[in-house]
Amino acid sequence: MPFIPHTDEDIAAMLTSIGASSIEELFDEIPADLKCGRLTGVPPGLNEMEIARLMAGHAEKDGTYLNFIGAGAYEHHIPAAVWQITTRGEFYSSYTPYQAEASQGTLQLLYEYQTMMASLTGMDVSNASMYDGATALAEAALMAVRSHRTSSRILIPKTVHPVYRSVVRTIVKNQNIEVVELPYCPQSGQILPDSLDEFANEDFAALVIPQPNFFGVLEQVDALTDWAHSKNALVISVTNPVALAMLTPPGEWGSKGADIAVGEGQPLGIPLSSGGPYFGFMACKSKLVRQIPGRIIGRTNDLDGKPGFVLTLQAREQHIRRSKATSNICTNQGLMVTAATIYMSLLGPEGLRRIAAKSHANTLALVEKMETLSGVKKVFSGPIFHEAVLSLPTPAKEVLQTMKQQKILGGLDLQEHYPELDNALLVCATETKTSADLQSYTEQMKLALG
Amino acid sequence: MLIFEHSRPGRCNYAQFSETSATGTDKIPENLLRKQKPLLPEVSEMDTVRHYTRLSQKNFSIDTEFYPLGSCTMKYNPRACNSLAMLPQFLARHPLAPEDTGQGYLACMYDLQEILKEVTGMAGMCLAPMAGAQGELIGVTMIRAYHESRGDYARDEIIVPDAAHGTNPATAVMSGFKVVEIATGKDGDVDMDALKAVLGPQTAGLMLTNPSTLGVFEKNVAEMSKLVHDVGGLLYYDGANLNAVLGKVKPGDMGFDVIHINLHKTFSTPHGGGGPGSAPVGVAERLLPFLPIPIVAKEQDNYRWLTEKDIPQSIGRLSAHMGNAGVLLRAYIYVRMLGTDGMHRVAEFATLNANYLMAELRKAGFEIAFPTRRASHEFIVTMKKIKEDTGVTAMNLAKRLLDKGYHAPTTYFPTLVPECLLIEPAETESKETLDSFVVAMKEILVEIEQQPDMIKQAPHNMPLRKLDDVKAARALDLTWKP
Repeated sequence: MPFIPHTDEDIAAMLTSIGASSIEELFDEIPADLKCGRLTGVPPGLNEMEIARLMAGHAEKDGTYLNFIGAGAYEHHIPAAVWQITTRGEFYSSYTPYQAEASQGTLQLLYEYQTMMASLTGMDVSNASMYDGATALAEAALMAVRSHRTSSRILIPKTVHPVYRSVVRTIVKNQNIEVVELPYCPQSGQILPDSLDEFANEDFAALVIPQPNFFGVLEQVDALTDWAHSKNALVISVTNPVALAMLTPPGEWGSKGADIAVGEGQPLGIPLSSGGPYFGFMACKSKLVRQIPGRIIGRTNDLDGKPGFVLTLQAREQHIRRSKATSNICTNQGLMVTAATIYMSLLGPEGLRRIAAKSHANTLALVEKMETLSGVKKVFSGPIFHEAVLSLPTPAKEVLQTMKQQKILGGLDLQEHYPELDNALLVCATETKTSADLQSYTEQMKLALG
Repeated sequence: MLIFEHSRPGRCNYAQFSETSATGTDKIPENLLRKQKPLLPEVSEMDTVRHYTRLSQKNFSIDTEFYPLGSCTMKYNPRACNSLAMLPQFLARHPLAPEDTGQGYLACMYDLQEILKEVTGMAGMCLAPMAGAQGELIGVTMIRAYHESRGDYARDEIIVPDAAHGTNPATAVMSGFKVVEIATGKDGDVDMDALKAVLGPQTAGLMLTNPSTLGVFEKNVAEMSKLVHDVGGLLYYDGANLNAVLGKVKPGDMGFDVIHINLHKTFSTPHGGGGPGSAPVGVAERLLPFLPIPIVAKEQDNYRWLTEKDIPQSIGRLSAHMGNAGVLLRAYIYVRMLGTDGMHRVAEFATLNANYLMAELRKAGFEIAFPTRRASHEFIVTMKKIKEDTGVTAMNLAKRLLDKGYHAPTTYFPTLVPECLLIEPAETESKETLDSFVVAMKEILVEIEQQPDMIKQAPHNMPLRKLDDVKAARALDLTWKP
């Protein structure tokens, strides 16, 4: 019996102790008419060798491609040590650190993570993570409305990841929060501070500012932040954590800095893995700490005065406050944060900066090569980080299909989310791409364009 | 020592450096560039490996200790599930890569959906929710969408038993509902009169965990289902305790309209120090149109994601991609290894272990909260009388168990049983482990009698003694400062 250690002798002795004649008797409180029969829809069991064979076949079928898709999930090199340590049983198979004295490993690691994320974002505090970038943004919107009091409207530009906007709408509409979308400038690919004039007399709980935005373009974060603050709205930043090794942290935007910083943590050592598990990060100014959802770790002392770590500010959380909690969130993404913390330690400030710089340089180089191809143009004039929108002379879908046959995933077709952009393709070249890769991309693109 | 205290300015880990030091940032306006480097440690690879290996050794875990944490189902996480979910092609696959480059992965997801439908008796299943609480949010949002689609806007109450997990009332509020709590009767079942008293045209639904967090099977579930449905409400099944009844009774057959399953409990995906979870949501026929996207469909031999176009009334998306894909793969590998027979045995041996441990602890002199009932896969010991006699609390006993090399049971939950210990020995534990746990518990009973003050100061053998939670909350120290 897989994973069940009981011998016949054990079972007999245990039933005797209980005073039952069979295991089935232990289910006698379940009304007989509710009991199900045999689970015929479940296939027979496989041993480890058989399941290994089956899964290897599935993996083989998925194949291996040279990937130039970004759009919120980025391919970076992950040092071998990251997952070897993360999957140690003591991290992998422990639970939420309710018993602090038996969980100092996880607790200290989370405290270190909070320190790293707060510094990377330029904020005072960080929580111990959210499910992913999209839900972190939704929770930030709820948090802004809770602390703003007079407005329950959130201003979200269309340069924010389209799926994030959709997730925010799904989550906040239950609480009668209105999401107002802001247009982008078709030339620069940015939110133009001037475009905010039409909202000058309206009240908002928060303005969301992406950096870089979904098009890979850098926003004019200082002017946008100051505009929001002049209207008494909070600023929620959505940033790529790798980019923050190079870019001004949200805590320093404008004259007062953003108030809440969220984003997708995946670039920090988490494999692409078809979309998850990833983790969302959330950091904020200290004035908002009691509004932040999720786990928070604090440093304290034990009875002898030795330093140690515990879950703190639990009075915000569902297991204490029940219906009055700041969120229903229970777990964080502990194991992902374990990997991210080890990743950030292995890279350090200079290592992370180089990854950002190399990804930036690679994407600029790719764009330059693309612009030598007839009919291919960079769509937006705004400065970029490590992603760019290209317009092609033929539909992106067809070009991608052709490149795929050569084992290249050429980028994301923007038709579905931005139909107003003709034949637009979002491409990303991180530090994982060599100049040979860029060359091969260029050649295959040229062939695909005919 | 913190990782930052190992740091030395200028120490680099060159093996992880990208080839160029060039900034190439001249095209980025000066005001957008970072001026001060972030506070990340500057340490060698070996420093990092040692530091985090040592930290791991300060954790209790399933792989190192018996972990009878009630309502959390801390069963063995098979290593094959991890290594096979981490095959290079699975890890490298971009979530937005075309479907025809993920047919292997999608086939696993489709099969998992079908198997979960079979074991729960539900008509539809969505794998996207990333944790139990998110599954709840999705489920309750679907209940709202169902009522609204019928033009029924007056239903603004969700009923929750007082024994429910805190996530249930928190979710109902997050979904825009009022929460009505109902009491539990003496035998651990919901008080049916209390339920009848709150049902009405304002009832949107009832959230129920069965077996309940009191460790007993709710015997009146069929009647409750009828009562709630008769007033037009729907039933939500919190699958936190599905491990207790897997292969014995299906939530669909109990009358539930929407359920979530905690894969990190019943289907053995790792708890990971508190996540990632994964909580597929299953629905009965009438909620099918509202399922969140994406869902995997099979068309001939081809698998694809369903989108808004296929499910126009869908409540929408709840994650940037499609949930915790790697966790779902681990669950899939687990169910395929268990197979039909293994699936039936999970609840049988979880229940055998729980009833055996309950019987042995009762014989050892502990007070069982619901002594006339069978244990499900967990049960409650109450320390109420011990506390009255000696001042030793459930938390004191929990800390003393750590000294003896056992993770503590869940303490002070559910809140309606005073000084409670919620004990869940999963099916993967052997009789010897349970016996040695009983020996430790007996030793503690003796210690309580002879040295109560020592127990109140526990733990004594851990790297740290009892930590000051009050100081942590009052003098907030949430980040290290150089």
